[in-house]
Amino acid sequence: MPFGEVRNARKVFPARELGSNATEDLIALDDATFSFEEGEIVSLLGPSGCGKTTLLRMVAGLIERTSGSIRIGGHEITGPYPDYGFVFQAPSLMPWRNVLDNVLYPMEVLGRHDAAARRHASELLEMVGLSGFERVRPHQLSGGMQQRVSLCRALIHAPRLLLMDEPFGALDELTRMEMNDMLLRVRQETGASVLFVTHSIAEAVYLADTVLVFTRRPARVALHLPVGLPRVRHQAMRFSSEFSFVERQASEALGVLKPAQETTA
Amino acid sequence: MRWAAWQRLAYPLIGAALVVSLWWAVCTIWKMPAAVLPTPMDVVRAIGSHWPALLSEGWITFKATMYGFALALILGIPIAVVVSLFRWAHDMFYPLLVALQSVPKVALAPILLVWLGTGIESKLAIAWLVAFFPIIVDTAAGLQSTPKELLELSRSLRSTRWQTFRMVQFPAALPFVVTGAKVAVTLSVIGAVIGEFIGASEGLGFLLLSATSQINTPLAFAALFGLSLLGVVAYLLVVAAERALAPWLPPPPPSH
Repeated sequence: MPFGEVRNARKVFPARELGSNATEDLIALDDATFSFEEGEIVSLLGPSGCGKTTLLRMVAGLIERTSGSIRIGGHEITGPYPDYGFVFQAPSLMPWRNVLDNVLYPMEVLGRHDAAARRHASELLEMVGLSGFERVRPHQLSGGMQQRVSLCRALIHAPRLLLMDEPFGALDELTRMEMNDMLLRVRQETGASVLFVTHSIAEAVYLADTVLVFTRRPARVALHLPVGLPRVRHQAMRFSSEFSFVERQASEALGVLKPAQETTA
Repeated sequence: MRWAAWQRLAYPLIGAALVVSLWWAVCTIWKMPAAVLPTPMDVVRAIGSHWPALLSEGWITFKATMYGFALALILGIPIAVVVSLFRWAHDMFYPLLVALQSVPKVALAPILLVWLGTGIESKLAIAWLVAFFPIIVDTAAGLQSTPKELLELSRSLRSTRWQTFRMVQFPAALPFVVTGAKVAVTLSVIGAVIGEFIGASEGLGFLLLSATSQINTPLAFAALFGLSLLGVVAYLLVVAAERALAPWLPPPPPSH
């Protein structure tokens, strides 16, 4: 049995919940079916408004699905559960806590704030290159550094699944590449599975073992793209033929590129 | 000292000196009687000869201000918390609070005087009343504008309601509480002085009133300076408390 399994997941927001102007129901996600193994990175790629963030929040148990089934680690998801870490688009740190205490926040909520937790927090900060910054306040850090703290916070309770909602979308291109390599290193060391929402084709392909391409109308998974690159990645692979091949398929599925036979003259 | 630092120090002093000179010039050119517009020197002399009274009366007004302000914090913050956390409390009381806020509180002063007499109680009550609403409104606004992501994060960890409040909502609302407190403390000074105007036998407001009734305008001006100093001190106390409680706040924009 796969570690994570999503079957015909569907989310409809009824018109009455959308406000007075809405006359018809909003289908946020029409149909999503896929599965992934432990330690696998799956990119959810698509235009904004295609339901990928909705799917991520359903996997997190933060919103209810209308129909379908979502199983993680053998359990049907009915609400939030402590076996995942969530990374938002904005770092969303608490300005009143220093870096270390921000990372330790989940442990305080879970009642596991002890010496071992503090040691683990320091190890995580070291892994993302932030040792020595424990006592610094978030506003003194750059956007990329803040997002690394946010990643450590998501990893502190050693979850088996990381849910990431366009976490590097607000960063500049070079920082984003650095963060991609860092995330791959984190996966290598923690063995966590990752569901990674993005609308960058290159980022989706570089990170993932599988890319799921979403379409806007109807909001559903249009294509499963396995990425035939070794798990240990490095930047040179961006220029390999396999990389361009997957990028091209994703571009075609998204409709930004016409199918190959028409464009090759 | 660098030139820029000199400038920062010198310009306000030059500005103040100019205004005082202008004041002095008006007094001498139009030969103003001291009962109408005393010269700066008259005021300095009044301060010099009455400073023990100014200090003791000032202390009385300061106490009424700070007690009223503290009471507004002690009552206002919990009310804001209840109103923000419980839907039913919000629906029951928030419209009432907003309606009460539009009552000109100063107009209640005579009634409070009837109820509480001419001692510190009535002054304190007016100082409390004017400070109360800005604190409730700003605290409630702060509690309702917690970043959505932090609430989702707490929910994802199955945080209890009390944990979320204690660790996320309340600290996130603190900057709003401080903003409300800064407005409130300034209003408290006004409230205390109004209480003294209407019916008190001591305090800077009373001193000001009795000085004008005796046409001792220099002393009235001295009391006025005492009141502005008192307002500044009260405000700075709030700023100091802010620095101590929430040192993570970014420095405030330059005051205007």
